[in-house]
Amino acid sequence: MKSRPVQLGRSSVNKPTWSIPLRGWPRRFFCLKESSISKTVGKKNSALTSLPKCTTGIQGLDEITSGGLPRGRPTLVCGSAGCGKTLLGIEFLVRGATLFNEPGVFIAFEETAEELSQNVRSLGFDLEALIEKKKLAVDYIYVERSEIEETGEYDLEALFIRLGFAIDSIGAKRIVLDTLETLFAGLPNPAILRSELRRLFRWLKEKGVTAIITAERGSGSFTRHGLEEYVSDCVLLLDHRVDGQISTRRLRIVKYRGSSHGTNEFPFLIDEGGISVFPITSLQRQHEASSERISIGVPALDAMLGGEGVYRGSSVLLSGTAGVGKTSLACHAADACCRRSERCLYIAFEEPEAQLLRNMRSIGLNLEPWVKHGLLRFHAARPTMNGLEMHLASIHKLVEGLKPSLVIVDPITNFISSGTVSEASSMMLRLVDYLKARQITTLLTNLNRNEGALEHTELDISSTIDTWLLLRDMELNGERNRGLYILKSRGMSHSNQIREFLLTDNGILLTEVYLGPDGVLTGSARLAQEAKEMATAAQRNQEIERKRGELSRRQQALEAQIAVLQLQFQTDKEEMERDITTEQVYLEKLEQGRQEMAFSRKAESNGVPGSQKKVRK
Amino acid sequence: MKSKKGKTTDEVTTELVAVTTASAPNEYFVLCLYIAGLSPRSTLAVERIQRICEHYLAGRYELTVIDLFVNPEMAQQAQIVVAPTLIKQSPSPKRLFIGDLSDEKKIFLGLNIVI
Repeated sequence: MKSRPVQLGRSSVNKPTWSIPLRGWPRRFFCLKESSISKTVGKKNSALTSLPKCTTGIQGLDEITSGGLPRGRPTLVCGSAGCGKTLLGIEFLVRGATLFNEPGVFIAFEETAEELSQNVRSLGFDLEALIEKKKLAVDYIYVERSEIEETGEYDLEALFIRLGFAIDSIGAKRIVLDTLETLFAGLPNPAILRSELRRLFRWLKEKGVTAIITAERGSGSFTRHGLEEYVSDCVLLLDHRVDGQISTRRLRIVKYRGSSHGTNEFPFLIDEGGISVFPITSLQRQHEASSERISIGVPALDAMLGGEGVYRGSSVLLSGTAGVGKTSLACHAADACCRRSERCLYIAFEEPEAQLLRNMRSIGLNLEPWVKHGLLRFHAARPTMNGLEMHLASIHKLVEGLKPSLVIVDPITNFISSGTVSEASSMMLRLVDYLKARQITTLLTNLNRNEGALEHTELDISSTIDTWLLLRDMELNGERNRGLYILKSRGMSHSNQIREFLLTDNGILLTEVYLGPDGVLTGSARLAQEAKEMATAAQRNQEIERKRGELSRRQQALEAQIAVLQLQFQTDKEEMERDITTEQVYLEKLEQGRQEMAFSRKAESNGVPGSQKKVRK
Repeated sequence: MKSKKGKTTDEVTTELVAVTTASAPNEYFVLCLYIAGLSPRSTLAVERIQRICEHYLAGRYELTVIDLFVNPEMAQQAQIVVAPTLIKQSPSPKRLFIGDLSDEKKIFLGLNIVI
């Protein structure tokens, strides 16, 4: 007989005890209380919510879970094939190891460690380096059904030992089991497996590791084998949906015991930087309102807007029919932004960058230097390339990366082609909100269809817009001219005038339109009217000259008459005076003659009456 | 190695035949039993495999019993998930017997032991 020494005996490692009395109902009771507290008190007093959280480090996920996954508890991540479960798990571990110094164990049931590290290398995760630094342990568990013969009762104690060994070898705080359900295919007795899995999750909790368990989505239930029955603390559902040939990845928190969380479906991206979840609908509408004013690039337009332009961080809508110059005006705004040494993001859905640059050169706007300096960034995309959520997500990503102070979307109407109108309008609303919250000025252009009123946007976002500029065609006398006016501009005095909008070799020019008894005239009609007015004015001037001449002539004639009359008067006056003198001389002569007569009659020199009186006495 | 590569197809087929009729009495068995602590299930399994070996494979077997609590790293090396697990490493094909080895019929079938 040849037999090796038998290694038997109870190990020094204590076998954990599984019975946890009265764990179920009181915890649930407390959890209810916790969630109600967190709802009433709000986010700021997170100290009150006793549930400790494990920050995942995955962009956006911590925001919608208000802090991360439940620490020390298992979280179920379910979803159909190819929706990013494994990647979420890997990123959870990699971020934990690199950002929070929390080592992690990855238990792979589907891929070997080599395959896994190859698969995630494209995302910039170097698993081998982390394994070397003892920050990560990968254990590939492989069960080959065809080799297995069931010969009696068994349990998963070996798996527990294996997990425990992996956890203890690096002091792991996090563990990912991907995909645990493959055990159902490998082991013949599901009943044993079920009870053992229940024990596993309890064991994980006792170990105090934050676990992610991934599971395939089953029909009619979250997981194929009903794992959600066992993992009840937190369930995340990943989804990869195709709507009208456009696919969008989404994440939803199905449940999260003891914590408030976002309840919507949040779109997420997988790109070279890993997963980014976009908590777009969780934005709060509490943004600061800047009173700083910025130029929109056309001085005359700034003048119309109270002389200073628009508010920083406000939303500006340019709407108009095709070919009225929306893009040109938007490019002027971009140019003005870059002149202030601020960055601008231009999302162009209609033209590629090179074409836009060329076209703008034709109106004397050279944007190329700004592009070279990195101040201006074009993002040319086809609306149908992604779903709406993905568009929003990629805009978010661009904004976070570039940190612009102006974002131009040209035009927003194209979003309708990648979704329904209501979806597109809610998306625009969220975009405007998002940018406002970051004090980024938004300039949106809206292409009006020919039918319907001009004062209408198909996306119905007019109520969220602060400044609305309307560009319109004015057809008159067989020609088409552009007019611009301000439909509204919140919080500032603004012109009520229609200006003619001219695209010249030196950019945009706003001129006053002709306002006269015949209405508003633009273009050549305005020029003709102006010429006509000039002719009329010249005629009037001539008339005035003529009248003036006549007046002076009349004055001269009058003055001459006056001179004649005066002369005549002078003559008369002299004659009269001569007559008066003659009369006076006659009178004197008469008196002299009488005295001489009396003297000659010897009368008393003292007079006759006196002498007569004396006689009577 | 070179001689193995140089085998003719006839030789390979005869070898395959030899493998399938492995009940030859001189066949040498390498068995490995993985247990998790001294639970009743483990003790049962150890007793049973020892009895089977003594009865049917006396003198031509090698049995190693490994307690995974003592050597946890062995679980990963041998791809063990459940306990107890008996692995027949040779003669090939490799077989895994999971459970407390109470179903002897299956063990005889798997070990190719003709009673």
